[in-house]
Amino acid sequence: MIPPYDSVTVRTVAKILIPLIQVFALYVVFHGAKSPGGGFQGGAILGASLILARLTAGPGVSVHYLPGTSALRLGAVGVLIYGVVGLLSLFGGAAFLDYSALPLPGAHEDELHAIGIEAVEVGVAVAVACVMLSIFDDLAPTERPYRQGR
Amino acid sequence: MRPPAYLALGLLSGLLLYAVAALPPLRNPDSPIRTGVERYFVENAVEDTATPNIVSAILADYRSFDTFGETTVVFTAGLACYLLLGRREEGESGK
Amino acid sequence: MDIAAALAGRFEYVMTSALIVVGLHGMLSKQNLVKQLIGLNIMQTAIILLFISMSVQTGGTVPIIEKGTANVVYMSPLPHVLMLTAIVVMVATAGVAFALLIRIHARYGSLEEGELLGRTR
Repeated sequence: MIPPYDSVTVRTVAKILIPLIQVFALYVVFHGAKSPGGGFQGGAILGASLILARLTAGPGVSVHYLPGTSALRLGAVGVLIYGVVGLLSLFGGAAFLDYSALPLPGAHEDELHAIGIEAVEVGVAVAVACVMLSIFDDLAPTERPYRQGR
Repeated sequence: MRPPAYLALGLLSGLLLYAVAALPPLRNPDSPIRTGVERYFVENAVEDTATPNIVSAILADYRSFDTFGETTVVFTAGLACYLLLGRREEGESGK
Repeated sequence: MDIAAALAGRFEYVMTSALIVVGLHGMLSKQNLVKQLIGLNIMQTAIILLFISMSVQTGGTVPIIEKGTANVVYMSPLPHVLMLTAIVVMVATAGVAFALLIRIHARYGSLEEGELLGRTR
């Protein structure tokens, strides 16, 4: 793993910035329906904050954020959120990913569309952020050897 | 770099410049890009989806199947990186 | 003069063509696989520039509709959507390509095209 960055200034500033970046990522994801933003963009910002933690905090601290293969598993959960929203509308009686048939009582049709879009964006954001972190972890140098599968 | 590569590059630049002259003019409200399906999206997105951001509405509603495939592509890329570079865990015996 | 008239108002298209040629030149002339990958990325960026420049409208604003506004010119949202997904695919393919390069370097100890070809021959 990457050692902690050899500068108190960088480590302290990163420690302050990482939560702020994550809050901004959540704002971009959840306000993406009314302002510039969305799942891909917010997920990229969230993934960048996690990678910043990996780069500056060192293995002792940053491993607690999604160690090992759990980032990749959480990315699969993001894809699963998307698929489940599609299947819910399928069970509601319409086509796959046709949000107007989501089984939520008391909501208007266009509101159902807005809810479906937001749910799907959350799934996309989780998938993008976790896959970015997973790719970074795979590319970053470690002491452990590569698997020799052929 | 060998001469055939320079020849290919020269031919490609000529072909691209020739194609530029035939493309629709930019910043023109009547160009084919702006008179197709995009007009429907701008006029109907808010009534259909209650989402003011048209880009989000198209991405996650009108083209949601495409975006589903897109998310799968991203996840597959992560999976491919792990399968190519996955490190041996402590207890695992590397075959 | 004819060419200049035909290219007037198509500056973005010309820059796109230039970026494509630059990227292809990088892929053809460089022997290092990482530099060839950078050339490929430059070509992808050129395609993104092509689509985004098509959506630009003089006096246009971002395609977010606010209530109570009329006669607003919006940028075309469709190229933005397409290129959003294209950027994500670009990042994903770049990650997989770097993973492949790392494996090649781990196995053959080199990323120079000539050396690799000589070794497999």
